Amino acid sequence: MSALAHVPASAGKPAPPPVRRGRSRLLPYLLLLPGAAWLLVFFALPLVQLASASLYDPSGSLTTGYAMTWAFGNYPDALQAYWPQFSRSFLYSAIALVLALLMGYPLAYAIAQKAGRWKNLLLVAVVAPMFTSFLVRTLAWKTILSDNGALVGLLRDVHLLGPDGRLLATPIAVVLGLTYNFLPFLVLPLYASLERLDPRLLEAASDLYASPLRAFAKVTLPLSMPGLIAGTLLFFIPATGDYINAELLGTPNEYMIGNVIDSAFLVRLDYPQGAALSFLLMAAILAIVFVYLRKAGTEEVL
Amino acid sequence: MKGQQPPAGDLRLVDLTKRFGVFTAVDDLTLAVPQGSFFALLGASGCGKTTTLRMIAGLEQPTSGKVLLGEQDIAGLRPYRRPVNTVFQSYALFPHLDIHENVAFGLRRRGIRKVGDQVERMLALVQLEGYGRRRPAQLSGGQQQRVALARALINHPQVLLLDEPLGALDLKLRRQMQIELKRIQTEVGITFVHVTHDQEEAMTMADTVAVMNAGRIEQLGAPADIYEYPATAFVANFLGQSNLLAADAGGRAADDVLVTAHGARYSVPAGRARLTDGPAFLGVRPEKLHLADGPDRVPAGHQHVGGVVTDTSYVGVSTQYLVRTAWGSELSAFAANSGLGGRLAVGTAVTAHWDPRHAFLLPRAAGADDQTAPLLDGPPVGALP
Repeated sequence: MSALAHVPASAGKPAPPPVRRGRSRLLPYLLLLPGAAWLLVFFALPLVQLASASLYDPSGSLTTGYAMTWAFGNYPDALQAYWPQFSRSFLYSAIALVLALLMGYPLAYAIAQKAGRWKNLLLVAVVAPMFTSFLVRTLAWKTILSDNGALVGLLRDVHLLGPDGRLLATPIAVVLGLTYNFLPFLVLPLYASLERLDPRLLEAASDLYASPLRAFAKVTLPLSMPGLIAGTLLFFIPATGDYINAELLGTPNEYMIGNVIDSAFLVRLDYPQGAALSFLLMAAILAIVFVYLRKAGTEEVL
Repeated sequence: MKGQQPPAGDLRLVDLTKRFGVFTAVDDLTLAVPQGSFFALLGASGCGKTTTLRMIAGLEQPTSGKVLLGEQDIAGLRPYRRPVNTVFQSYALFPHLDIHENVAFGLRRRGIRKVGDQVERMLALVQLEGYGRRRPAQLSGGQQQRVALARALINHPQVLLLDEPLGALDLKLRRQMQIELKRIQTEVGITFVHVTHDQEEAMTMADTVAVMNAGRIEQLGAPADIYEYPATAFVANFLGQSNLLAADAGGRAADDVLVTAHGARYSVPAGRARLTDGPAFLGVRPEKLHLADGPDRVPAGHQHVGGVVTDTSYVGVSTQYLVRTAWGSELSAFAANSGLGGRLAVGTAVTAHWDPRHAFLLPRAAGADDQTAPLLDGPPVGALP
């Protein structure tokens, strides 16, 4: 019987009637059509366009026009010019991710398992900042971190900051901004995973000689893995490409790759370089995601 | 390793109390479970039996009282420090681990590296060889139940706690597992404390049954002793069924206690009477209540009441009758379908009689009326085989 246990239940049933109307067979494709068309026009075509722009002759300009010269050299040139911003992007978002995990995991766990009747209110509190614009929220952080603000004053008083130490326009401000702005993207999928965690499994673990710490490592953490993977990706990918936080809370010394791409397209009008940087960022993130999913195990996520 | 330690001794609960707010779930409970025995806590849902079990496991902190294992009070120990394992009602198997790792979980947490042989032996014991690489979700309810059992047993606990582990199984599988559990318990010789609301389950498996009601133990003893001579009206009707007639005990004559019920005089052997004076229930089990055509056909020495058959229900091994007495109570009587004697039709006037040695006398709250059980759909406990 063990050999048969895996055969799907439908195997024994008679096949569905072979005669099917053409329309019903087409239905799934018809349902796909709007979304597919949208993706084609607004994602696939621009992507091709961007790819070709990244290979334009770099000596062209908007006024003189660009020539398609398969200039693969744009890629190493861009990387050479902007590798500090590249690595800074990954460094900042990695630090922000660690901070967000330290805050977000306990938060998601508390909401999912311990909040009781406050659960919905707390969830709203997590999402509520999203009701205002990303820009407005980041500008608010500018006020919070400002040199004359209460926070800096307090830190100076307890000598965590020097007498003229500051937070704004430092890497700390950018990382804090990234942490804050993308935290909900980490918390929500984690919450969804932890909410399904059966507390009786923790009782069972404790009954089977697992201390609270071991029970967390062996039961809670593995069972929250799908949410953890989804959450870290949803956090890390937009945080790496972000340019608002560095722009508003940092200085050119804190600029991330997003700022460079932004200025390539909108200030310097160097389209080939902007496109090449965009593709490099995309490739780097894809590579990281791929390795990460390979390591973390994907069966429950993808 | 814990498994090789000498047995710690009997499990004793002393004055154990658990309150949730104003609600007292377990009320000053004291009992002893001899080492190596199969002990059943039997009671309706909400009677405190699961709370008692959880206090032994350490998943619930007692409000007061002691949990003694041998001479050691384990009431203050965290669950993962107790030599006690639990088979949970929901099984609580770890869905992210395969069967092998589920069973090995307790060993690994105690730092034992080589677990393969032990796990294989344990899977063989519960007849799940070759299932090691499956996930819990790929097993049937009965198989999951056995994994839960193996996962607890592999640790050789001093006490194994079973929290209604068979509740989710269908009837046939449940019977099978009852026999299986009893076999395993005999084989491994560990103290089993089994919580159930199923009287038959408790009687089939346990050496000792404690019937719980409202956080207290109503009666404790061997299943047959409790069934044959219940201590309270609750036990008489929770463990099987009883016909309890409101009676008044009034003195003794030789070895008998004399009682008056509904204007007639009866007697009960003094050894089967819980009291000799005052309001009492005169009890007779339905299978010990026989039906005769008339008072003159009653065997010598039997006592009897007259009545009319108001309902019959044929359940295969026996026929169950309801007999309405002159004062309006309905007694139930089971007659074995042994092929002797015909079946009685509804409306037949009969005389219900019993051997006084099968009757018992229980205390009754003043003013309480007869308690007789309605007919059941299935054969009740103690119905003829």
